Amino acid sequence: MTRPAPSTSRMRTWFDLSGWRDLLIAIPYGWLLAFFLLPFAIVIAMSFAVTVVDSPPFAFLEEWPYLRLDNYARLFGEDLFVRAFLVSMLNALITTLICLVIGFPMALCLTRVSRSWRNVLLMLVILPFWTSFLLRVYAWIGLMGTNSWFNKGLTTLVNAFLPAEMALRSIQMTNTNFAVILVMVYTYLPFMVLPLYANLERLDRTLDEAALDLGSKPWQVFRDITLPLSVPGIIAGGLLVFIPASGELIIPSLVGNAADPMIGRVISDQFASARDWPMASAVAVALLFILVFPMIAYNHFEARAAQRERGEP
Amino acid sequence: MNRRPVFLISCLAFGFAFLYVPIISMIVFSFNKSRLATVWGGFSTDWYWRLLDNEQIIEAAILSLQIAFVSASVATIIGTLAGIALARFKRFRGRTLFSGMVTAPLIMPEVITGISMLMMFIVMAEWIGWPSERGFTTITIAHITFSLTYVATIVQSRLSDADLAIEEAALDLGSRPWQVLWDVTLPVISPAIVTGWLLAFTISLDDVVITSFTTGPGSTTLPILIWSKVKLGVTPDINALATIIVLVVGVVVVTASLILNRFERQRELDTQRALQNGG
Repeated sequence: MTRPAPSTSRMRTWFDLSGWRDLLIAIPYGWLLAFFLLPFAIVIAMSFAVTVVDSPPFAFLEEWPYLRLDNYARLFGEDLFVRAFLVSMLNALITTLICLVIGFPMALCLTRVSRSWRNVLLMLVILPFWTSFLLRVYAWIGLMGTNSWFNKGLTTLVNAFLPAEMALRSIQMTNTNFAVILVMVYTYLPFMVLPLYANLERLDRTLDEAALDLGSKPWQVFRDITLPLSVPGIIAGGLLVFIPASGELIIPSLVGNAADPMIGRVISDQFASARDWPMASAVAVALLFILVFPMIAYNHFEARAAQRERGEP
Repeated sequence: MNRRPVFLISCLAFGFAFLYVPIISMIVFSFNKSRLATVWGGFSTDWYWRLLDNEQIIEAAILSLQIAFVSASVATIIGTLAGIALARFKRFRGRTLFSGMVTAPLIMPEVITGISMLMMFIVMAEWIGWPSERGFTTITIAHITFSLTYVATIVQSRLSDADLAIEEAALDLGSRPWQVLWDVTLPVISPAIVTGWLLAFTISLDDVVITSFTTGPGSTTLPILIWSKVKLGVTPDINALATIIVLVVGVVVVTASLILNRFERQRELDTQRALQNGG
């Protein structure tokens, strides 16, 4: 073949002009439509379906009104679901606040150490994020067990403040809500520290010095300058902790109180043990509905932060 | 202001203790002689030797590595394309939906992603007969889908930092757009692509929730195996396994980031030198 056929050359021109661009967009677009959007559409459809004894155990309504709202009515009517939503939101909120209290001084301190130290310490914050999530939860199960050195140490510490007749032999930590929050704080702390650090690092330190020169106390500088300016970082970090924490499945399954489950566990139980797929879907849709607003807020803040970084207004 | 921020430093120390004490305790107890995982009974490396004999664990580890390799590689290709599309094409039909779909899986609770993936696979099997069974393929597709968004985000942010002028210059000098992509854009974002691949690999290797929904009989990955063991309680052999995983991942990540850092600094120096020589 000495010369390309006319159709090939036209193909080539089309490819040079716009084809490569369309192709570049189409590949990821198509993938996400097929494996991200379509699954959601199916879950939403499933939440209106009927549970039947069959495999798979559901059937879509064949006639008007097509949408069966019973599952959503159960969401508001049954104690299990209402409680699970309340417990999840509360746990996620407490986790976020504790992460903020621990993470803020850490992030602030990271901006104050020398450059070489900073890289090492940042690496140390990120490192647990790379190591196995499951194993970090597992490490706490070991620590919280009634025979562990940690539990014994904590018991001794608590006993020091208790009268001798009330002394504890050990503290029941696993299978409590306390354990869920503790482990969630532990696993999500880097998500709080990193965005806060990114925010605090950009702050203009000359403002601090000016305020100090004008006679402000350090805590006043913190209250009047650092804290207000770090609000975007607090919001970004807070959402990054709150959103995954509210849907957490593994941590409550392993260390939580089975009698008082979080919403992630309810979804998984409805699906696997109760085999009520439409109900599981309805709970998932409801959780998504609650979280859509913080997610949009997060995207909004991220986009604004990216704009600021590029120097656009 | 030369006062040492004692309060801040003690907060930092507390934070790091909080992050690392559980991991260190786990490593120490992996060398425990006693069967009781949390009571010290003397030094021993028995649990490590026993791991090597445990075929179940070895098989699960191999399956996990295979899935992680395939899914990270595909996710890196698709994610890089998505990142370039988002950073370089400001206007195309459905861009808002696209950027939403790229960022959403990052913060979506895993249980929702997992359950929707599973339901899709089941409904698809009913309607078009594919996938006929769940296992390697379905897990890999799920992993690609959520890890490509990490790659896309990293590539996109790298590209918005990079200078458009070089790409424009190449275009002015007569390069075809796809040649610019291949010769100019890709080399610029290569560190981001490497980071993205590593991240996708470790995320896949680590995933429990989405895998537990998309797996089928006979396809037990390492995290799923660990999960089913941990539900039954803490045992010293998991301590040993955990120690190996944590150390391997730690060493790889630290080495990779040191190399990438050096690479980046070299590139900055080169750019500076080029600019000085040119000007």
